[in-house]
Amino acid sequence: MNFDMSPYGAFIWPAYGVSVLALSVATIWTVCAWRRAKAKLAALENK
Amino acid sequence: MQFLFRYANPHNFMRLSGAVLPFTAIGAALALIAGLYFAFSVPPDYQQGTTVKILFIHVPAAIMAMVAYSSIAVCSLLSLVWRHPLSDTAARACAPLGAMFTVMGLITGALWGKPMWGTYWVWDARLTSFLLLLFIYLGYMALWSAIEDEIKAARAAAILALVGAVNIPIIKFSVEWWNTLHQGETITTGKLAAVYVPALLTMMLAYFLLFLTLWMIRIRTAIVERRARNLMQGAAS
Repeated sequence: MNFDMSPYGAFIWPAYGVSVLALSVATIWTVCAWRRAKAKLAALENK
Repeated sequence: MQFLFRYANPHNFMRLSGAVLPFTAIGAALALIAGLYFAFSVPPDYQQGTTVKILFIHVPAAIMAMVAYSSIAVCSLLSLVWRHPLSDTAARACAPLGAMFTVMGLITGALWGKPMWGTYWVWDARLTSFLLLLFIYLGYMALWSAIEDEIKAARAAAILALVGAVNIPIIKFSVEWWNTLHQGETITTGKLAAVYVPALLTMMLAYFLLFLTLWMIRIRTAIVERRARNLMQGAAS
């Protein structure tokens, strides 16, 4: 593997950074919403 | 069609998606690791230099943005024509993911354009139609939120989605129909150097599996939320 991006590192790393950030946020958000919804349903069913 | 209706039943969808989800999630993670390994192992392109690495995240994001919108359009058609029970939920759940891929495509494309074209943005047919896709996504999501009655909202959003679907072939063929700064088709025409193919295909697979995983979880969440709402309404009445 080669991590030397010169002379375009200033464009390549932000592009990968934005992609990793967007995919991570979407994954965490989706999983958290699922867990919240499941917990709410479980609480209502146990009432 | 029988197949679709069988799995459109929320109970069947929850069972099926529950069984499939671990495989798509693990597959996405493995493909992403392999794709990144390939992406950082390829040599620089003779014209683009190291910026070729941006294409391994830009192209899959742009393709997934269009795949997501096409999925919304198909779900909307199923909803309007056949009153498919889960299709509205599936279409609505897909929109934020599609919008996210569109933003990713626009940003990574701009970051590739600056060193290669000398500018982050040009108003050429491909870029403009792709920006329009983002506005359609935003309009679609806004419409869902703006109408309180869920049935009316679903119908209005489905019509908007089908009208907006006209933009998908425009994006796809814009590089052929007009003179654009954006390069023409490279993957299916065999113009892409063989050394870059494994990285691009693996990243495309990773993005597709991740999209599928997140979409299924979002549909499951919507089903569970609806059950919770029904329970609350039942308890209140």
